[in-house]
Amino acid sequence: MDTSVSYRIFRVFNAIVMLLVVLVTLYPFLYLVAQSFSSEAAIYAGKVSIFPVEFTSATYQLILGKPDFYRYYGNTILYSALGTFIAVFGTAVLAYPLSKERLRLNKFFIPFVLFTMYFSGGLIPNFILISKTLHMRDTMWAIIIPGAISAFNVILMKTFFASLPNEVEEAAKVDGLGGYGVFFRIILPLSKPILATITLFCIVGIWNNWFGPALYLQSKEKWPVALYLRQIIDSTVSTAEVGASAESSAQIAATIKSAAMVLTSLPIICIYPFVQKYFVQGMMIGSVKG
Amino acid sequence: MGTMIRKQVKTRTKERDTLLQHVRKEWVLYSFLVVPVLYFLIFKYAPMLGNIIAFRKYRGGPNFLGTEWVGLKYFEMFMKDPTFWRAFRNNLLLSIFYLIIRFPLTLIFALLINELKNIGIKKFVQTVSYLPHFISTVIVAGMVKELLSLNGPVNMLLQQIGLPKLSFISLPEWFPTIYISSGIWQALGWGTILYLAAMTNINTELYEAARIDGANRFKLAWHVTIPGILPTIMTLLILDIGGILGSNFEKILLLYNPLTYETADVISTYVYRIGISGGSFSYATAVGLFEGIIGLILVTTANYVSRRTTKSSLW
Repeated sequence: MDTSVSYRIFRVFNAIVMLLVVLVTLYPFLYLVAQSFSSEAAIYAGKVSIFPVEFTSATYQLILGKPDFYRYYGNTILYSALGTFIAVFGTAVLAYPLSKERLRLNKFFIPFVLFTMYFSGGLIPNFILISKTLHMRDTMWAIIIPGAISAFNVILMKTFFASLPNEVEEAAKVDGLGGYGVFFRIILPLSKPILATITLFCIVGIWNNWFGPALYLQSKEKWPVALYLRQIIDSTVSTAEVGASAESSAQIAATIKSAAMVLTSLPIICIYPFVQKYFVQGMMIGSVKG
Repeated sequence: MGTMIRKQVKTRTKERDTLLQHVRKEWVLYSFLVVPVLYFLIFKYAPMLGNIIAFRKYRGGPNFLGTEWVGLKYFEMFMKDPTFWRAFRNNLLLSIFYLIIRFPLTLIFALLINELKNIGIKKFVQTVSYLPHFISTVIVAGMVKELLSLNGPVNMLLQQIGLPKLSFISLPEWFPTIYISSGIWQALGWGTILYLAAMTNINTELYEAARIDGANRFKLAWHVTIPGILPTIMTLLILDIGGILGSNFEKILLLYNPLTYETADVISTYVYRIGISGGSFSYATAVGLFEGIIGLILVTTANYVSRRTTKSSLW
């Protein structure tokens, strides 16, 4: 064990750096939470830092008393659930054959998928195709489908599948399972870490998606909570660039902004520690040679 | 028994099937590809083809390939447009400074995390530092605005040390600092995940051997860890170089305003304003295509240079 003076100095230095990173990372969250539970007067006076001042839960009661909020929240949950299911399933179905080295046509299909990582249609051609040609505008499909399968996730999943021992599959075939049976009954159950990883990425991607809905969803009743949140946050600034009309130009209190931000990010922050174990494992296996 | 089967399989693949026989034999696996490949054709390759309206007039409606050729008219138009060049310059400056600051910081942070001996503390630091990656850009932009508001903590601090309060969000000279620092807040922890994954794959015997040779910790990091993760470093660097004309488009759109266009407007926000808001589809496509092609050239060049110098590359 290294016990030299310089190593001990290094360890103290390292501990300080880690502490600083943790504090700087957490501070904005703590600030938002504190602000959301504080009185407007205390915030205006600049008294709030990481502890609530003049504690009140009135802001939360106000937001949670609005039926609108639940509708937007419900939309977000629907889009995230459905979109994630389609995305994870599609990614797995594509990655599985690509992981088989014996498929000779993969020499063509793998570059076909990879190329989309380095070049893409760009904003305007995508917008025209989705809204004018495929008429997906103002439907939830416009925000769920186009981004569902990404080359990056396919490669992660493909690498994971390739790491599974071939013998498992051979044994299942001897037991009489066909190609589809092997995939659904053997491969998918063995791939929980990578499935959990991609699931988390997809949920987060759709949950947090703001630009897609801003671009494609005109009907307010279809909005996800991210759009509603943006309207609350920017209520004092022009919302013209999003194409949405401001509900009111009255200044919305900092407490409401903070509480809305806390409520929107809460589910992600809550599920995240529980799936972290899986996605670290999934990234480890998927990224080797990835 | 098992070895016998394997032998049979081996001899069968030796006499190579024709492509048709191969597809027929593996049709179950190939059938998985049908829907995803169609999906890629429609949602990834059709938009690429849609870039053709950079050279053709698009008259609205479902024909996304445009109606008549106009040559390089739209390219000539934006080449003469000072707003484009402002966006180009802003884009380069923001991306390059962001890359120069973020890239080494992420690597150093990964090396420091790797030195943590207590597993519990290590897990905790990782959990906390990955968190911002999962937070919506809308919320990140909202946080930035709250922290920098006139009554926010930053201005309170300025007031306490006797400096005047600043309305940061509307000052163009502050935009790069805000963009880069919030970007580092978002990306620092997450950026380490691939490095840490690569570090766990370094052969521990290398460390033992170096230690016997009398290497201290700093030397271990320099001579074993960094060479061990060099392929990962190069992969990430190549991708970052390819993305130099890209940007965190959503964040800029959410944080900028006409007062800060001077330093904040980048190519993608410019494309958005003239294309989606302004309706000049072909013109905006030409600008977007320009960005895409430069990106492709950059990533190819970086890949080539990296393959020649460090032997690690994306393809």
